[in-house]
Amino acid sequence: MALEESVDLKLDTHNKDGIEIVDVEGEIDVYTAPRLRELLIDLVNNGHYQLIVNMEKVEFLDSTGLGVLVGGLKRVRAHDGSLDLVCTQERILKIFRITGLTKVFGIHDTVDEAIGHRKSEK
Amino acid sequence: MPTVEVSFTPLPAHVRTARLVATAVARRSGVSESLLDEVRLAVGEACSRAVETHVAQCPTEPVRVALSDQEGRFEIEVVNAGKAPAAATSGQPGDGTLMPPGFSLAVIAGLADEVQISETETGTCVKMSWPLTDSLAGDSRASGLPPATGSPD
Repeated sequence: MALEESVDLKLDTHNKDGIEIVDVEGEIDVYTAPRLRELLIDLVNNGHYQLIVNMEKVEFLDSTGLGVLVGGLKRVRAHDGSLDLVCTQERILKIFRITGLTKVFGIHDTVDEAIGHRKSEK
Repeated sequence: MPTVEVSFTPLPAHVRTARLVATAVARRSGVSESLLDEVRLAVGEACSRAVETHVAQCPTEPVRVALSDQEGRFEIEVVNAGKAPAAATSGQPGDGTLMPPGFSLAVIAGLADEVQISETETGTCVKMSWPLTDSLAGDSRASGLPPATGSPD
């Protein structure tokens, strides 16, 4: 289901194996991050506590975007949920490494790998 | 004397424009392609921080970004008016953006080759710089030609 579309950021969600997948495309910065934040809050408010954010098509991520992801993680964890990331792009992974957030998020190469990891944790 | 100077109304939408301009000028100045992502991210962080401060304290004042290359380095100066409050860059409780104060400055420090943060009479100046690795950049600018990149063939 396409939820949001603009020049800078496109958000889309679908459910796979009981886990809500959030596909993000474009740039996550101080201007667009509030839309991702609202989507994550809506998902949690609607009872989706197992989330995977697919960032394979994200072209830019700054600390505002990191803050939104950390906020989402705190929200799902409050319900014993999880928020995993899918990302293989070095330019995006670099900011996770600089900030030490690779130790906070589960970061996977594919959505299927993230789902498999989540199922094995149960 | 800055090569390029940009002033923009403190709106989040304009931060992307500042990133694009800074990256284009950095490329033109001869910053290595491998460093351009760092330049783009660092200037975005500094501008986002400046916009947050301006919105809270002086929304009518523009944010100023100065880009220059001299003595083998590419330098970016982001000047904001007003003092960054403790909550700036950290979000508000419950809004889903829970990062500690000064987080964006820490990210900048991790990205830029050199960083200087100084308080001015009216605000804060974040100065970042990277080396110019393209030794032909200065010559090509003087000749009006684009800087050389990659191998000659």
